[in-house]
Amino acid sequence: MMSHDSSDEHHQILHASQDDEVMESLILDDDGNDSVHRQHHRPTPPQSPNSPFNSFLDPPSYADAIFTSFDSNGHDQAIDETPARSGSDDYLHIVVTDPQKEQDIATSLVPGAATFYTYLITTRTNLPEFGGAGTEFAVRRRFRDVVTLADRLSEAYRGLFIPVRPDKSTVESQVMQKQEFVEQRRVALEKYLRRLAAHPVIGRSEELRVFLEAKGRLPLARTTDVASRMLDGAVRLPRQLLGGEAEVGEVVQPAKGGRDLLRIFKELKQSVTNDWGGSKPLVVEEDKEFMERKDKLVDFEHNLSNVSQQAESLVKFQQDMGETVGELGLAFVKLTKFETEEAIFESQRVRAADMRNVATAAVKASRLYRELNTQTIKHLDKLHEYLGTMLAVNNAFSDRSSALLTVQTLSSELASLHSRVEKLEVASSKIFGGDKSRMRKIEELKEAIRVTENAKICADREYERIKENNRSELERIDQERNSDFQSMLRGFVVNQAGYAEKMGAVWQKLAEETAAYSSDSS
Amino acid sequence: MEQQRTLSGSSQSPRSPSSSQPFLSVSVTDPVKLGNGVQAYISYRVITKLYCDLFPRVVHREKAFGHVSQLEVSIGVSIIEVRIMAVFISRMHSKSWTNFPEYQGPEKIVIRRYSDFVWLRDRLFEKYKGIFIPPLPEKSAVEKFRFSAEFIEMRRQALDVFVNRIASHCELQQSEDLRLFLQAEEETMERLRSHETGIFKKKPADLMQIFKDVQSKVSDVVLGKEKPVEETDPEYEKMKHYIFELENHLSEAQKHAYRLVKRHRELGQSLSDFGKAVKLLGASEGNALGKAFSELGMKSEILSAKLQKEAHQLLMNFEEPLKDYVRAVQSIKATIAERASAFRRQCELAETMKLKEINLDKLMLIRSDKVAEAEHEYKEATESEQATKTFETIVKLMNQEMERFQEQKTLDMGIAFHEFAKGQARLANGIADAWRSLLPKLEACSSLVEN
Repeated sequence: MMSHDSSDEHHQILHASQDDEVMESLILDDDGNDSVHRQHHRPTPPQSPNSPFNSFLDPPSYADAIFTSFDSNGHDQAIDETPARSGSDDYLHIVVTDPQKEQDIATSLVPGAATFYTYLITTRTNLPEFGGAGTEFAVRRRFRDVVTLADRLSEAYRGLFIPVRPDKSTVESQVMQKQEFVEQRRVALEKYLRRLAAHPVIGRSEELRVFLEAKGRLPLARTTDVASRMLDGAVRLPRQLLGGEAEVGEVVQPAKGGRDLLRIFKELKQSVTNDWGGSKPLVVEEDKEFMERKDKLVDFEHNLSNVSQQAESLVKFQQDMGETVGELGLAFVKLTKFETEEAIFESQRVRAADMRNVATAAVKASRLYRELNTQTIKHLDKLHEYLGTMLAVNNAFSDRSSALLTVQTLSSELASLHSRVEKLEVASSKIFGGDKSRMRKIEELKEAIRVTENAKICADREYERIKENNRSELERIDQERNSDFQSMLRGFVVNQAGYAEKMGAVWQKLAEETAAYSSDSS
Repeated sequence: MEQQRTLSGSSQSPRSPSSSQPFLSVSVTDPVKLGNGVQAYISYRVITKLYCDLFPRVVHREKAFGHVSQLEVSIGVSIIEVRIMAVFISRMHSKSWTNFPEYQGPEKIVIRRYSDFVWLRDRLFEKYKGIFIPPLPEKSAVEKFRFSAEFIEMRRQALDVFVNRIASHCELQQSEDLRLFLQAEEETMERLRSHETGIFKKKPADLMQIFKDVQSKVSDVVLGKEKPVEETDPEYEKMKHYIFELENHLSEAQKHAYRLVKRHRELGQSLSDFGKAVKLLGASEGNALGKAFSELGMKSEILSAKLQKEAHQLLMNFEEPLKDYVRAVQSIKATIAERASAFRRQCELAETMKLKEINLDKLMLIRSDKVAEAEHEYKEATESEQATKTFETIVKLMNQEMERFQEQKTLDMGIAFHEFAKGQARLANGIADAWRSLLPKLEACSSLVEN
């Protein structure tokens, strides 16, 4: 199997030029069995003739880790990207391919109509809700649909660490070529959907299922304004709380009543200013354990961000090293050719042969650096993934804050309503026979109290639900984090060791070839 | 502080030539910074020893040079910022040294500075036309001020090699200028050196020659001969072309070698930064995972040090020889220029001779009184013969030198390649070992987690 895409990627990393061809031909002439020719080398696992492997590198998983190149195509890899964490055999495997340009039908008659790209999303699964073992299906979606999905999920699963979706449009999208941008987006979408699938709750959600399965138009409601989104969320509360049987009319209808709208706007203002640190914690979080964990996570994120930055630098410098070694090799190839052509004395031919050995070694080493880097990127990518997770955590924590805010706002509402009723009752009790208008007012207030009390019950439940979500999620990521990072470290170290070993062998060979010049020899 | 040196000269730079025959051993040591500000310079202690077959040494270079007696120079370094005085050490070795009768005692130490080496090179260049004079390290006006330890060591090494090459060249080693350089008192040296600098560098005869060159160029143009006279020997053309092309190729290789040194340093620094960040992460985690991170961080820092070390080795043992190679080629280009001007001189004088002959014949025909004078002048014109002889010597020498040069370079580069390979192998294996040693620790951490 020739994975052209991976070699394309490698072409990008070390600019292939016709010089490379010269280099290749020179080396191959000399070393007929050299299978380190770029095109053919990639897919042959541990049978590389260059260096036999150390025993601990032989176990298939490590060898695979080393030799399976980073496939950006979304094709199946030896290592599945979404391992079933629960240990069961359930899988939900998603692939995003085939971006296609389409036109917005509504405006297609207008010249310069809006065009957009759709992506083919293919799912393979054995989960019962999709149709049991070996089911495979595909739908076409556009990015707007993904945004919708993300919005619905964030409303429905407040408190969970929901993976953050890819950005809508970046500065890059203006600057990049369309093709590159579309490809970048395809990759990002795939990663996103896979992360959703990997989440124990979200992976089984109705929203995701519909997104993956429903043909034609995406049957999820699109909403754009924040206020109505909040309203939507509030309206859906009862359905979720009461198991989906409650009717909308039964509970609070926050859209009605100016008082409630006011409350909503008040809360809105608060929620927008909430952030990690919480400059003015108007909500008083009383859960000490939660605060501790949150602080720890803040620390973790900060350090992780540092490591991620340094990891990026490391990869860059490794790449530079490989490039320079390659260029050095190329320079020696030219020298070899030159000396061979112009040779008058035997010493020149000897030197040309020496230089050819140097060039061969350098070129091999350069390739090894390239491969090393590809693998390093793959392993250290986990760091970036977790930074993304931290964003999701941040969102979940603000869900919690805003839910708490709702509860506290409703509490104070209730308190004020009660005090007003009290005042009126006291006042009207002084008037013999009652005060008709006041009585009416009292009645209204009591009605309001009833409504507000119901709202508060819902808000309390919602807050508790979110708290529980937070808690269970924190446990989940604690565990996952441990195992993820352990395996990342392991993979990184094995990778570095393996390639260093191979490079050592290459240089050792050159040292042996030039041993005649050693001052140790007698 | 003199380095302990066995007679086999193992402290020498690997590129310095050597032999087992009676030879002169020269060491350049103790670079010391003297003077202030703009006037600062480095002085070196140059020690000359005479050896007479006491400790036969292995030679694989004898074949290359095929010389019986060798003048060996080694330049050692210990970096002390102390003002030192010349130290005379006398150590008696038995036997006489027939090849170097004028050389004093078994050991002689003098103080020399860079300009003294330049003086030597210039003198040899003038006297031994046709021979490829070994190249000197660059003057480097800028780096002088910084005088980093690395710069000093590189320069010392290069000067060591320089003098050794002269000492092992069968003709150059006979040079009186070399003997002066190695043996003369500092004051003498200073006098010699200042005598040569500035416009007084050229002797009056040379100034006349330059004037004549200009003159002939002008007349050439006037007479319509635009091009200066050049040889048309196809083999020589090929050699010239080879030299010019070679310089380009080598410069490129040297450039990449230098970059490679930089890359090692950069990667080393990056690993160090990475290690620090990972350690911080480990510290904040605190549990078994934290420990794993800390171990990784520490390993990273160790590897950073390895990379820095290798960068230095690479600079000294691989990049510097390549640079030296480039300088050598440039030195050959200077010799090529010398040959060209010798050729021109020969042609001009041949012209002049012809004119004189014609004149003489003319005078003889008209039976002028001036015949005797002209005859006399004609017979005494040995300049032309001399010029021809000079030119032919240059041609012969250059051919010999070319072969010698190729052999020497194959050797020099072979050593450089070997050191390069050894260094890289050492580094790679060190890295592999370090990472491998981490794995059991990671295992321990992950099993802790699972419990």
